[in-house]
Amino acid sequence: MTAPITLSVRNLSRRYGKRDIVKNVSLELKRGEVLGLLGHNGAGKSTTLQMLTGVLTPHSGEIDICGFNLLRQPDLAKACIGYLPETPPLYREMRVDDFLVFAAKLHRVAKNSLHNALAEAKQSCGLQDNGNKIIGTLSKGYQQRVGIAQAIIHQPSVIILDEPTVGLDPAQIRDIRALIRKLGDSQSVILSTHRLSEVENICDRVEIMQKGHLIYGDSSAKMQVYGHQPGFVVTLLTPPPLNELNDIIGVEHVEPLSETRFRVMHTADMNTGAVLLALAAERGWQPQQLTPIKGTIEDVYNRITENEPA
Amino acid sequence: MIFTIAHKEFRSLFSAPSTWLILGVLQFIFAWFFLARLDAYLQVQTQLAMVANAPGATVSVVAPLFGTLALVMMMLIPLFTMRLLAEERRNQTLALLLAAPISSGQIVLGKFLSMVIFNICIIACSTIMLSILGLGTRLDFGLLLTNALGLLLLTACYTVLGLYLSALTKQPIVAAMSAIALSFGMWLIDVGSSDSGSAMRALSPSAHAQSLNSGFIFSTDLLFFALFIGAFLFLTIRRVNNNRLYA
Repeated sequence: MTAPITLSVRNLSRRYGKRDIVKNVSLELKRGEVLGLLGHNGAGKSTTLQMLTGVLTPHSGEIDICGFNLLRQPDLAKACIGYLPETPPLYREMRVDDFLVFAAKLHRVAKNSLHNALAEAKQSCGLQDNGNKIIGTLSKGYQQRVGIAQAIIHQPSVIILDEPTVGLDPAQIRDIRALIRKLGDSQSVILSTHRLSEVENICDRVEIMQKGHLIYGDSSAKMQVYGHQPGFVVTLLTPPPLNELNDIIGVEHVEPLSETRFRVMHTADMNTGAVLLALAAERGWQPQQLTPIKGTIEDVYNRITENEPA
Repeated sequence: MIFTIAHKEFRSLFSAPSTWLILGVLQFIFAWFFLARLDAYLQVQTQLAMVANAPGATVSVVAPLFGTLALVMMMLIPLFTMRLLAEERRNQTLALLLAAPISSGQIVLGKFLSMVIFNICIIACSTIMLSILGLGTRLDFGLLLTNALGLLLLTACYTVLGLYLSALTKQPIVAAMSAIALSFGMWLIDVGSSDSGSAMRALSPSAHAQSLNSGFIFSTDLLFFALFIGAFLFLTIRRVNNNRLYA
């Protein structure tokens, strides 16, 4: 059974003056999916996210969230969204608890479940000990956590995070990524970022945006092999002659890297690695290690954005 | 929802020490005026006693004090209304409200309500202070209450004007300055016009508060206040909605 679609966007467009900021963007998001929206600065990521949350009205296009149309039934649709804008919307003079309760009330959390919702959101974001602190006195990382807590306190089906890890230290980034990954298991998450490692680590799917268009969309695993001929590096402690490796079905090219290491390139549709390992076991080549070759996501990203005519 | 926002605004207002300070100073100034006015009244009281149908303490002390308070609050309210929307835009917290399942109308009404409650607090404190007169003389509570009502409606006008100007800009201080300038201008139209029936004067909220100040409740005045407040609330709601269109 496929997971239900929580967010569906069709032909979304937005102009500023005569300039198209976002043009004909269509997206779909399933429950339990983390979608990364990648792009250069000014590619239209934030504008797209703002339209998805109802902060900006699109010039054309349809947005359905959990089956409710955002323009025709805004209250029902927006109740299903949690949104963390680029700058966390925090009232600096408020205490963390008061602010989160306010955010929960805004999103129509029932009075008798407020307490649980607050405790849960704080737990998820590691804010248990900060409930009484004034937001303005917290460090940037903790403010970001409060921003995320604010976005998830009403347990929305769709969570929209605009550059959630900007300005955090590595440990905080790791925590927040783990949190996003966890949220992504039960809810749908869209996050925008220009940090490619983020996509590699937490996103199931990637959409690349350039000049207001979506120019590439696929699973993040597939994106990493984009434009690469499939291949692997294999270490065989007692290697056979080179031509024996060349004869394995699907192999296109073998290049010895050292006495025992070989780079093997093969055709895309064959599972050559498995064939080689089976043969190795049979003929006693003593295989030790097999590492698939994949491009760094930076390479891939550059290749995709450069290929696209500007 | 309106109450959620009003409650939050009200708490934010009182979480700032400056609010307490301003309120304290305001009460002190008001008490000073009260004392001075009362002193002046006591000096002429013996002469007044000889006049038939002489004005009582309520007319000669309470009503003018409400006039003074109206003037002070005209200067003061913009300092509180300036933050309401301008600061939300400057700190980019407006996105929280715009993305929440509430309408622009609820946002604006919530903020307006919080300020009206704040005004009521000030007016109530002052009214209580003036009621102390009742210990020494017989007060005309009817006049006292119409005065309070008049001040409430007048301050609501200043509030809604400040709220609207706060929606126009990102800079709270610009909102405050322009609100003070406009309120002051409208007050000048009122005091500056020689003819009490002039059309310009009819546009000034303080002119309409004057009949309430002397104890008359005219439906035209109430209608004016309703229209003034309604119109600016409408404009503010439109302005907040425009954030979604032209941000």
